[in-house]
Amino acid sequence: MSLVIHNLHARVAGGQEILRGLNLEVQKGSVHAIMGPNGSGKSTLSKVISGHPDYEVTSGEVLLDGVDVLAMEPDARARAGLFLAFQYPVEIPGVSNANFIRAALQARLKDGEELDAVDYYGDLYKEMDKLEIPRTFTSRSVNEGFSGGEKKRNEVLQMAMLKPAYAILDETDSGLDIDALKVVAAGVNALRSPSVGMLVITHYQRLLDYIAPDVVHVLVGGRIVRSAGPELAYELESKGYDWIKETLTEDAHAVELASV
Amino acid sequence: MSDTFLQDAPPAPTAAPEWFVTAQRDAAKRFESLPMPSRRDESWRFSNLKALDPLDFTQARPVVQELAEQLLADSVGFEAALATLVFANDRLIAKRADEHLATQGVIWLPLEEALNTHSELVHRHFMRSESSVGTPKLLAHHQASVRAGTFLYVPQGVRLSAPLQAVHWAAGSGQAIFPHTLIVAEEGSAVTFVDWFKSSGEGRNMACGVNDLHVGPDATVHYVSVQEWNRQTAAQQSNTTAIAHGGSAINLGLHLGGVFARSESVSRLNGSGARSEMLAATVADGAQEFDQRTLQDHRSPDTWSDLLYKNALYDTAKTIVSGLIRVEPQAHHTDAYQKVRNLVLSAEAEANSLPGLEILADQVRCSHGATTGEINPEELFYMQARGISEKDAYRLITFGFLNEVLERLPDEALREKLQQTLRARLQGH
Repeated sequence: MSLVIHNLHARVAGGQEILRGLNLEVQKGSVHAIMGPNGSGKSTLSKVISGHPDYEVTSGEVLLDGVDVLAMEPDARARAGLFLAFQYPVEIPGVSNANFIRAALQARLKDGEELDAVDYYGDLYKEMDKLEIPRTFTSRSVNEGFSGGEKKRNEVLQMAMLKPAYAILDETDSGLDIDALKVVAAGVNALRSPSVGMLVITHYQRLLDYIAPDVVHVLVGGRIVRSAGPELAYELESKGYDWIKETLTEDAHAVELASV
Repeated sequence: MSDTFLQDAPPAPTAAPEWFVTAQRDAAKRFESLPMPSRRDESWRFSNLKALDPLDFTQARPVVQELAEQLLADSVGFEAALATLVFANDRLIAKRADEHLATQGVIWLPLEEALNTHSELVHRHFMRSESSVGTPKLLAHHQASVRAGTFLYVPQGVRLSAPLQAVHWAAGSGQAIFPHTLIVAEEGSAVTFVDWFKSSGEGRNMACGVNDLHVGPDATVHYVSVQEWNRQTAAQQSNTTAIAHGGSAINLGLHLGGVFARSESVSRLNGSGARSEMLAATVADGAQEFDQRTLQDHRSPDTWSDLLYKNALYDTAKTIVSGLIRVEPQAHHTDAYQKVRNLVLSAEAEANSLPGLEILADQVRCSHGATTGEINPEELFYMQARGISEKDAYRLITFGFLNEVLERLPDEALREKLQQTLRARLQGH
C-alpha cells in the first residue's frame, strides 16, 4: 500500500515543464520529506498530485494504492484518501469552519446518509482541544482573519477530521514562529499511524526536528536527485543546496539543471 | 373568474375611522390621475414596468376555509416568535401572542383592528413618510387598497426579548394584495420584527406593500423581510425608516422569490447620532428580476449609515441596485457607506449597480463601491481538495457570500432561521 509517483512530467498549462520525470514512493505508515531550493518544483508537486486546474500533466502517473488518480477531479482524489495541507490556506468568507469541515465529511457519505451532528461536534471539539484551537473558531469564517499559526493549525485540524490515507504537507512550517511550529508538529505527529503515509514538503530542515522523517528526498530541477535517511536533512542544512547542485553538475543532467 | 381556493365575494369591509376612509378615497383619485413612471425616470432606469401593471390584477378575494387552515399549518415562520399574525389575501386568519406583551403596554394588532381601537395613534404615523425612490402612483395604489397588516407600538423603555412576526400569503391568480407593516418604537425601546411573504400555489399575483418604521430616540428596531413569493408574482415593496436621535435601525431583506420584485428602502437619519444598517441578500435565478432602490438620507450631524446589498445571479437573472447617499448641509460628521457586491454565476446574468453620492455638508466620511465577480477559483480548489464536489463547493461559497449579510443581524436564533431558509433556496443549484 503506497502512494506512487512515476515519471511525472508537469507544467503550468501552456508553460515550461516544471516537474521533469519525478519518481517517488511513499508507503503507508511512513513519513517522507521532500526538501528543495526555491523553484525546484516542491509546491508544483503538491498541486499536481491534488489536481489543481492550473497545472497540466504531460506524462507519468500518480497511483494511490494502485489507482491512478490523475484522471480524477480534485474532490474525487480527496475522497479517495488524499489530503493536501496548503501552504497558503484559502479564506472563505461567510462559511463557518464547522460547516466547512462538516460538508467535507458529509461528502464522504453515501447519498441519503446524514452526518450525526452530536458525534460530529464531539469529534471536532476533541481534535480542536488537542491543537489548542479555541471553540470560537467553529463559528468563524474559514481562515478569515486567522493568524499564520491559526491557519496551519486549522489545516492539521482538517487532516485529523478527514483521516486521509496519504497527506501532503506543503511548507507547513512557513510563517510559523517556534511555538506555533511545535503545536502544529505535535498535531501532525499525533496523526502518524500505520494507516497514513505522509509527504512533508519543506525548504528548511527546522521542521524535520519536530516531524522526524523516515526518508529524506532532495528535489532539484523537477526531479528527485537524492534520497537517504534523516541525516541527509542535516547535511543539506550545513552545506546548503548549492552543494547538491555542485555534486550534480558532474552528472549527465548538468546542462539542463543550469537553466533552472 | 372562478378559483376553487377563493370565496366568491369579499365580506363587507369593517368600519374604519373617517380620516382613513377619506385618505383612501383621495389616494384612489391620485392613483387614477397619476401617470405610471417611465424608464426615463431616474429611479426607474433599467426597471421592468410591464411586470407591475396594476390593471392586470384585481383586489384579492378571501380564501376558502380549507385553504386557510392549510396555510396556517405552513405559517410557522420563526418558531420562537413572541407574536404572530397570519394573513391570507389580506385577511387575518390567525393571531397568536405571548400574554406578557399586553401587560408591558405593547400594542400589537392587525392594522384593520388598530384603526378602530387606536385611531389617533395610527393616524399620527400612517403613511407619513414620503418615499423618494419609488413612484407616488403605486404608493397611492397601496393607500387606496390597503386593508390588512401589522400595527406594532412599543412603549418607552420596553425592550422585547424575541422577534414578533407576520406571515402574508397570496393565493389564487390575478389577485393583488397590499401588505402593510407599521412599527412605532418609542424612546429607549427595542424590537425585532419579521415579515414573511409567501405564495399558495403558482398563480400570477401582485403584491404592493409598504412598511414604515418609526424609530424613537435611543430606540432599536430590527426589521427583517423574507420574500418568498412564487415565480409568477410581481412585487413592489416600499420601506421608509425614520430614525430619531440616538436611535438605531437594521433593515434586512432576504429576497428569494417573485418573477419581478422591486424593493425601495429609504433611511432618514433625522436626529443626531442616528444609525442605520441597510442590508439585503438576493438569490436571482431563472428569469427573475430584482430591482432595488435605496436612499440614505442624512439630515442631522453625527449620523451613521451602512448599506450592504449582495446579489447572487444565476441563469438569465437580472438585478439592479441603485443607491443614493445624500448628506444634507447641516449633517456634519456623517459616516455613510454603501457596498454592492454581485456574484455572477452565469454568463447570461446581468447585474446593474448604480451608486450615487450627493454631499452638501463638510467633514463627512462617505464611501461607495460596487463590484461584480465570479467564484474565486482558489476557494473552489480548496473546497475540492477537501472532498467537496464542485457543485457543492459552488453552492457553499455562494451561501457564504450571502451569509455575510445575514451575519450582520445580531439576533442569533432568527439569523439561524434565515440561514436555513437561504440554504434551502440554494439547494437546487
